[in-house]
Amino acid sequence: MQVQIDPSLFEPIRGRTDVADEIVRPSITYWQDAWRRFKKNKPAMIGLVTVIIIILSAIFVPMFWPYDYATQIRGHENQGPSWEHPFGTDSLGRDLFIRVMYGARISLSIGLVASLINLTIGVLYGGISGYVGGRVDNIMMRIVDILYSVPLLLYVILLQVVLEKPIEQAFETSFLRVFKGIGSDLILIYIVLGLVYWVNMARIVRGQVLSLKNQEFVLAAKAQGASAWRIIWKHLIPNAIGPIIVTVTLAIPSAIFTEAFLSFIGIGVSAPMASWGTLASDAYRGIRSYPYLLFFPAACICITMIAFNLLGDGLRDALDPHMRK
Amino acid sequence: MEKVLEVKNLHTSFFTHVGEVKAVRGVNIDIYQGEAVGIVGESGCGKSVTSLSIMRLVPPPGKIICGEIYFKGEDLLKKSEKEMQKIRGNKISMVFQDPMTSLNPVYTVGDQLMEPLRIHKKMDAKSARRQAIELLKAVGIPDPERRLNQYPHEFSGGMRQRVMIAMALSCQPELVIADEPTTALDVTIQAQILELLKQLKAEFNMSIMLITHDLGIVADLCSRVIVMYAGIIVEEGTTREIFYNPKHPYTWGLLKSIPRINILSKERLIPIDGQPPDLLKPPQGCPFMPRCRYAMRICKEQCPGLYSVSESHKAACWLLDPRAPAVTWDREGVNFG
Amino acid sequence: MGRYIIHRLVSMALTLFFIITITFFLMHAIPGGPFTREKPLPEAIIKALNEKYHLDDPVWKQYLDYWKDILRGDLGPSFQLTNRTVNELIGLGFPITARLGIVAIVFTILVGVPLGILSALRQGKWQDYTTMFIATLGVTIPSFVLATVLIYFFGVVLKIFPTTSGRLTRPIEYVLPVIALSGYSLSFIARLVRSSMLDVIKQDYIRTARAKGLSEFKVIYKHALKNAIIPVITYLGPLAAGLLTGSFVIEKLFSIPGMGGYFVNSVGNRDYTMIMGSTIFYSVILVVMNFIVDIIYVMVDPRIKLMGTKEG
Repeated sequence: MQVQIDPSLFEPIRGRTDVADEIVRPSITYWQDAWRRFKKNKPAMIGLVTVIIIILSAIFVPMFWPYDYATQIRGHENQGPSWEHPFGTDSLGRDLFIRVMYGARISLSIGLVASLINLTIGVLYGGISGYVGGRVDNIMMRIVDILYSVPLLLYVILLQVVLEKPIEQAFETSFLRVFKGIGSDLILIYIVLGLVYWVNMARIVRGQVLSLKNQEFVLAAKAQGASAWRIIWKHLIPNAIGPIIVTVTLAIPSAIFTEAFLSFIGIGVSAPMASWGTLASDAYRGIRSYPYLLFFPAACICITMIAFNLLGDGLRDALDPHMRK
Repeated sequence: MEKVLEVKNLHTSFFTHVGEVKAVRGVNIDIYQGEAVGIVGESGCGKSVTSLSIMRLVPPPGKIICGEIYFKGEDLLKKSEKEMQKIRGNKISMVFQDPMTSLNPVYTVGDQLMEPLRIHKKMDAKSARRQAIELLKAVGIPDPERRLNQYPHEFSGGMRQRVMIAMALSCQPELVIADEPTTALDVTIQAQILELLKQLKAEFNMSIMLITHDLGIVADLCSRVIVMYAGIIVEEGTTREIFYNPKHPYTWGLLKSIPRINILSKERLIPIDGQPPDLLKPPQGCPFMPRCRYAMRICKEQCPGLYSVSESHKAACWLLDPRAPAVTWDREGVNFG
Repeated sequence: MGRYIIHRLVSMALTLFFIITITFFLMHAIPGGPFTREKPLPEAIIKALNEKYHLDDPVWKQYLDYWKDILRGDLGPSFQLTNRTVNELIGLGFPITARLGIVAIVFTILVGVPLGILSALRQGKWQDYTTMFIATLGVTIPSFVLATVLIYFFGVVLKIFPTTSGRLTRPIEYVLPVIALSGYSLSFIARLVRSSMLDVIKQDYIRTARAKGLSEFKVIYKHALKNAIIPVITYLGPLAAGLLTGSFVIEKLFSIPGMGGYFVNSVGNRDYTMIMGSTIFYSVILVVMNFIVDIIYVMVDPRIKLMGTKEG
């Protein structure tokens, strides 16, 4: 074949068989890999940055803005957007910009608190159901199935109506008075949304627990005599954390949305504090003459929803181990 | 004898986000009428991609880069998609590896079996149904009239593979490509399916291209064997030549990993150590070099061409070069001469 | 199939039992009863009202009575609109809501499914990007924002469509409310169909269909579509729920005198029997919808039959 080959090339080389086992591509940890994938996902990064901007401005802008959310400036009623009032003013002469910023505090806090309550209930419920298994699991999941087939928004409304007075009373009379500054109808929303929308979380946690609980590392922990709580807390939850983070991230905008929806039909957070939903709902009546009053809160709702959804979708793609290549 | 299929210098690559993976790198295959040829190699060696290339069904991001594929003298790579549709399932058909997922779960078996008859043979519903019943009988499915109206999930794995074979044979193709037809099945079912293929091959006088990683089933059915590794052909010859006088160290490894039924012998199965190379960056030298116990310096630098051992037997290994040290092989071990 | 239906019927009855029980006790857990006002009513009137509505009976008796009424199909009198029963109010509002809802469901499916298919088949091309961009907006923009934007641009500025729809007597009155109401679910279905289609066209049986020599059209519209549509069927239940509850806001914004409007009013007025009655009414509709969807599901996906009978 090849004529001009150096005969010495035909010397055997020994002890080189290990080469094939070398791992060609560098290995990285789960979180590094997730972050690398997340960074590459442009929409997700846009979502993350937007969420950070919204949170920071909700926290810091009210600290130095010259107006307060309740201050009525005489002679400044119903002004369009200007340098002094970037979002304009409402019919009582209140600065809309600062009202939207306070609205951000309220709406974001609703999203966060409600999601955290969901998370707690969902993780406990789903974790117990999946971990105990058998009959208990069967009954608990049957209940979840029933809740799933029910229009939950109706029950949010129902609870809202039912719990209205007890909560108000609790904040008048008991030690909870210290929280009264938050406003009892805001607390009511936290509780109601938190109590109703945990079903999804419970299902996801249960699914994760079921698939994890028979894996070797859990068996090993059991064999060493670890208690059930320790196994759930130390082994199952850390492994199920990816889907849980994603579900929480996606629960935040849906809580914000639900509150806005409730405000729009008249049972959300009431004056003088206003969530974005309340602001939009109030503005709707004057849509013909003062459309900007509606535009800014509505735009804030949309941007926040989109940002959290992009973030959630990106996290899902980044954290889902099945997508690892 | 007439050549049914002639593949010349086929290159197929997958353009993934990390770069071009060269899955098939210059493959030549001839298949004659009525002949069964086995294509053997580990998973990822390019044998399935070769078969999909012949059907022009390489899934994206895969692409046939160059080469010619002559089917009865006509280059399939020059045909339009419409013309290919007339060939697929009609002149060339395929049996896939996993019968559990290869049938559409939401249509009845009869519906799927009649489809090629309706489109290629232009049969009406009634005669297609009659023909489908005949086909199910031919592949040994009892009670075909009733079975025709059932859904795939009501069939066992072996029965589904029989359906797949019936479907492949329905238009009496000249070439059947069977891609690991028995891998997903139980051992006893494997034997039945092989027996069926053998019997049908004689009956229909068709050519078979049998793709497998298991040399054992090749011995049973094929008259010639092609051994692929890392996207190229490393050895080809008649079944006798490959089994009794193999020349490539990779073939030796494959042969040593076939179990032989002999309780008394203390012989152990010897796996081939290591992994095939990453075809994202195919090595410059012989791709088997890193796993080869007999590797020489030249193996690292240059890829060997095919050396002819006999008229029908070729192997791509530097050991066949007259300047290389003599290494001979028998089933019990390799001797350095 | 028969056993499956019985199994589903039993679980439907169970669900309805829980719904009615929970709703009843929640409403009766309100302290002070339904007639507590900011300005207290005279003692005698409260007593008369309590007597009239049997509110001084023990709770268990009221519960049983409520069941008796419900089984007769009677949801009781309205507390706020005297001389009206809940049944009458539902009878007035629901036909209008149902018309809007049905048009919205049909619109959602007829537009959402084709968009999803288009997007999947043109994956990575401009058609895909455009559709998915709009669909991403669609699932994130709340219906009331979409509705107000539509009203503002097409009603107030361009004056193409009426800003109020009234009793939905003319086709043109449907346009804006239907778009606003189905925006979310339409986008959701488009995304669902896209991802399920992308998943299906990677399956082995699609390769088999191609290897048989089927045309690309048949591969997609016969073999892929029927599989890809299955998740859409599972979504029909939540879709109906979303459209029904979504109509609360849409009806308010477009001044449509439907069931949603009555319900929202009853919430505002704390008309407890009406809230309770509407909740139960909506739940019954949705649970029955879910039942029908389950049956369709079995008919489309032959694999489910086996699982259902094994379970039941």
